[in-house]
Amino acid sequence: MTSDNSINRRGFYAQAIFALNAILGAALAVPTLVYLLVPGGRRRKETFVDAGDVSQLTPGVPVEMSFQQSRVDGWRVLTEKRTAWVVKTPTNEVIAYGPQCTHLGCAYHWEEKPKQFICPCHASLFSLQGKVVAGPAPRPLDRYVAKIENGRLFLGPLRQVSSGDAA
Amino acid sequence: MKTALRQFRDALDDRTGIPSAIRHFLGEEIPASSGWHQVFGSVALFMILVQFFTGIMLAFNYAPTPGQSYDSLRYILTEVTGGRLMRGLHHWGASMVIVIVVLHMVQVFIWGAYKKPREATWIAGVILLLLTLAYGLTGYLLPWDNRAYWGTVVTTQIGASVPGAGPWVSRLLGSAGEIGVVTFARFYALHVLLLPPLTMLLIVFHVYLVRRHGVAPAPEDAMLPKKKFFPQQVFRDTVAIFVAFAILFTLAAVVRVPLERMADPTDTSYIPRPEWYFLFLFQMLKLFEGPLELMGTVIFPTLAILAMIATPFIDRSKLVRVRQRTLAIGIVALAGIGWGGLTLAAVRSTPPQTAAGSIDFSGPTQWMQLKPAELAGVHYFKQEKCANCHNVLRGGEAKAGPVLADTARRHDKEWMLKHFADPQSTSPGSAMPPVQLTVAQQGDLAAAVSALTPESGDLMAITPDFASSGAALYQKYNCGACHLVNGVGGKIGPNLNGLAARRTEAWTAEHFVNPQKLSPGTPMPVYPLAKKEMQDLISWLFTLPEKSGT
Repeated sequence: MTSDNSINRRGFYAQAIFALNAILGAALAVPTLVYLLVPGGRRRKETFVDAGDVSQLTPGVPVEMSFQQSRVDGWRVLTEKRTAWVVKTPTNEVIAYGPQCTHLGCAYHWEEKPKQFICPCHASLFSLQGKVVAGPAPRPLDRYVAKIENGRLFLGPLRQVSSGDAA
Repeated sequence: MKTALRQFRDALDDRTGIPSAIRHFLGEEIPASSGWHQVFGSVALFMILVQFFTGIMLAFNYAPTPGQSYDSLRYILTEVTGGRLMRGLHHWGASMVIVIVVLHMVQVFIWGAYKKPREATWIAGVILLLLTLAYGLTGYLLPWDNRAYWGTVVTTQIGASVPGAGPWVSRLLGSAGEIGVVTFARFYALHVLLLPPLTMLLIVFHVYLVRRHGVAPAPEDAMLPKKKFFPQQVFRDTVAIFVAFAILFTLAAVVRVPLERMADPTDTSYIPRPEWYFLFLFQMLKLFEGPLELMGTVIFPTLAILAMIATPFIDRSKLVRVRQRTLAIGIVALAGIGWGGLTLAAVRSTPPQTAAGSIDFSGPTQWMQLKPAELAGVHYFKQEKCANCHNVLRGGEAKAGPVLADTARRHDKEWMLKHFADPQSTSPGSAMPPVQLTVAQQGDLAAAVSALTPESGDLMAITPDFASSGAALYQKYNCGACHLVNGVGGKIGPNLNGLAARRTEAWTAEHFVNPQKLSPGTPMPVYPLAKKEMQDLISWLFTLPEKSGT
């Protein structure tokens, strides 16, 4: 065997070892990345839950309503009590706000005197339309996807509203 | 460029010594006779590392408590992207590790590589084999399905039968009463906390001993110059690892590992089976009866392990060529035949799993919630070959009739019944022929179509045949007049949800033929069903959820 030949063989082995290990690495790494990063889960329909009767609401006066909503948490389905601040606008539209301030998640409440939602933590103020009037809150109040059937309010998931689209 | 790389390597070497350690490792001198027969050790190490890795990945989505473990595994299989592949890799990887470890031992045994001074290397190897079996035993319980539960019941009872130590073994495994949260926690802790570091330590020790004594030479090596580990032997090891992993990956991707019904301690009809590599032990137990049972459960396995450990001390003969090691080859052949024969006998004597017992719960199971009329309707849907012209879900191949997923939103049952009897009357110009079923059967069909929603999946396709035809019989004999199924029916007879927990399939079959004998005074009439009918009806009744509506 000439030394040239042996160098060639050495090169072949080294390259083959490298190539096979690269394929092995990829065959483990790709499924792992998919497993960890690609969101899975069955597509879930938007489920609406009955939050109560809203036919008797006085326009312009928000009411806190509570209801049971199930939530999927990994392999568990939890049924939890949720609340919403529900208000009927003068145009008879019903809006349901999420119960947490958009600043740091404190529970806000309705104050009849200035006709504003007030967050006790850092004094954010929101108008009846959910707009930020004062304070550190970065965006309007979040809203539940809502629909009304036979005078009853049905609520879906909570959605953020960017400053631009608050009515 | 080259000099910069070299400078970096030298600097790294000065500070960490890693490059010279690698060079030293790859430059190990090995005998001239080294070759393909010595690849198994490397493959076993690689496969064990793959098990560690896939096990950690599964743990990212796994809840280690009974009940929740089942739900979380089902979540991995049905909802996590790539979860089925990851579980497949871990499941089949366990079998691969055992196969490869055994091949490694067989090679060492036949070549006589355990001989002085390599006794400790061999004993460490025997302990590693036992550890891999311990992984199999403890991991078997973790899915918490019926198979896991009942398999472990057998294992723990064998442990409890050891004379003297039995009660202590029971207590150690937390199974003094029956298998529950304590046993589960112990098995989980063993599987993920105790065994892996123990395995790592032993592997390090084992590999250290291999390096200390060098790869075992053959007699002819004395006169030949030594080779280096790199590149030729590294290449062989890599090729072998690659082939083994390709087999594993294919198994994981192609062969579906089913998930059975959630562990049900009241399911007396379940026939427990161990994993394939324990089948021979399981079968051997049958050879010993009564007081001799101890032979199969304790004495024989203990003797076998002791014989393995003692091998290098019994065989102190001089090293000879492989072909002259006829006794070793004979022992391996005998062991292989014995193992194969016992395993084959066990497989042959396995009664086929009942239809109800072999449902894969990692697949869609919404059909189990269907009411009898709806399920019977599925039967008529199949019988009348409605699928020839209708798709249930959107997105299938083009067919003559409309998609049925949202029919229920547009039409009520009354409309459907009219439509079945005379399609033209409700849909002028329809090409659908009138449905040739009795009025009651058409009612069931309408119920099935009404149960379809875009979210419910293709109920017609996922429902097993035994369930739909069983439900059709249930409707035909009007069983719902007295019995309750999934919340619908009469209350004169017992609720049939939960029948599986109360009775065996054999009892139920006899009850159909001779109700008075088993339940004296019952108003239940005699139903002399044909064999196939009986099977379908009972199989369906035994898959009903234990509580309706869950």
